[in-house]
Amino acid sequence: MIELKNVDFSYGDHSVLRNISFTVDDSEAVVVMGPSGSGKSTILRLILGLETSQRGEVNVDHRDICRMNEKSKRRIRRKIGMVFQDGALFDSLSVGENVGYYLIEHTALPWKEIGLRVRSMLGFVGLDADEVIDKLPDQLSGGMRRRVAIGRALLSTDPEIMLYDEPTTGLDPYATRNVVNLINKLHRERTVSTIVVTHQIADAFAMADRYVVVYRGELAFDGSYEQLRDCRDTRVQEFLAPFRDSMTGVFKRKFFDGGISP
Amino acid sequence: MAILSAFDNWLKHAAYESQRLFFFSARMVGALFSRRFYLRETMEQMYLIGVGSMVLIVLTGIFAGQGFALAFSMELMDFGAKNYLGRIMAISIIRELGPVLTGVMFAARVAAGITAEIGAMKSSNQLDAMVAFGIDPLKKLAVPRLIALIIMLPAMTVICDVIALFGGWVIATLVAHVTSTMYWSAVRERLVFGNIFVGLLKPVLFSFVIAFISCYKGFSSAGGTKGVGRATTNSVVLCSITILIGNFFITRVVFNWIKGYL
Repeated sequence: MIELKNVDFSYGDHSVLRNISFTVDDSEAVVVMGPSGSGKSTILRLILGLETSQRGEVNVDHRDICRMNEKSKRRIRRKIGMVFQDGALFDSLSVGENVGYYLIEHTALPWKEIGLRVRSMLGFVGLDADEVIDKLPDQLSGGMRRRVAIGRALLSTDPEIMLYDEPTTGLDPYATRNVVNLINKLHRERTVSTIVVTHQIADAFAMADRYVVVYRGELAFDGSYEQLRDCRDTRVQEFLAPFRDSMTGVFKRKFFDGGISP
Repeated sequence: MAILSAFDNWLKHAAYESQRLFFFSARMVGALFSRRFYLRETMEQMYLIGVGSMVLIVLTGIFAGQGFALAFSMELMDFGAKNYLGRIMAISIIRELGPVLTGVMFAARVAAGITAEIGAMKSSNQLDAMVAFGIDPLKKLAVPRLIALIIMLPAMTVICDVIALFGGWVIATLVAHVTSTMYWSAVRERLVFGNIFVGLLKPVLFSFVIAFISCYKGFSSAGGTKGVGRATTNSVVLCSITILIGNFFITRVVFNWIKGYL
């Protein structure tokens, strides 16, 4: 379980998050939405222990990761798979080395065994291993890079928690659908707790059980799809307005007027 | 008043940066003696830093040696003291020019490369990805570069010294008409413990300077591509200046200690 309790975070004098509280239960999928610069990615960095909150608690499995030493943080991180914005693949390593990175660094498995697991993982994330395994990350498309990043996160720790930072930003509709399907498949088949940070509202509706809206560093909403649709908070309305206005016909009915569960 | 205030701010910033650089350097030295050692990365860096700089060092050595010998041979010929050319070359090249020129060339080529590479990795979240996978970027990236510099900078300095002395020999025999025997015996006369010690101590200390500053600037770079560019420029300037100032103080301090061996 992940629990943020009254979290305040700032970079120097610049306040990023104020009094943020929400929980993510085991096997639950939550989307954190909000405009760019509202502090969404910082929430993931806090959960991973890459940043330390100035106030409040960030509990992962009932332990505050912000108040741990580096050794304990490393133990907790083994339970977490993180897919960074743009993948954050190691650009000097091949796709195969990227996906097998954790096994190469932390295990004594023979190369052959690592190679087999890497190929199997590339297949799982929907990539042709023979085609991509020796390529460098910058030879891949954006969608392929995200899938390699997801494969790397999965093969590293067999995680109980998956964190995705803007997994579909900058992708074309086809690649977006593939990545969204993969995230849903992972959530379903491996029953991992999932937190997806995004400002792509349409993708958000396709990926979660619950929605959290962060607006200028403050929690503006936490609830289900139906509650979000009916929410009268001006900050939430302001954030959803452009999406609502751009939707027409069947899409608008699907997401707003008729209201279907994602 | 505004000038004073700006100077005050600059001083505070410089003091703050110096403090951060000091603590970063201390952490790097600590990481040097910690358990995990990345042999493959260290060998790779030794190749990139050493072999990759060979042409630059050879060119620097040969032209610096020839230029220096040419200037001095003219003066010495006026006094009928051209047979002393070998002695002057040995002292100036081994004790001063060789280490400083190699150090500055390394600052230009290697420090820039280290800062740019680590800075680019930081701006694309690769350092965070490493931490997420339980890898300490300091041990994985900084320590191999430090070790590679400690080994390769003195080695390259020796090569630069030898090449510069050969460059001097070309000028001595062709321009100043000093016999080879006379030149090399004069050089050999000054190849004493004191000169060789100072000539090897300097590059070892310079290697720490380059590694500390370039890694620190890379790890602390911020502001995307522009920030990486700024950090790289700062790194080269700071390394070069520190080497030049350091060279003076090392000569001044060590000269007193080893006077008896000169």
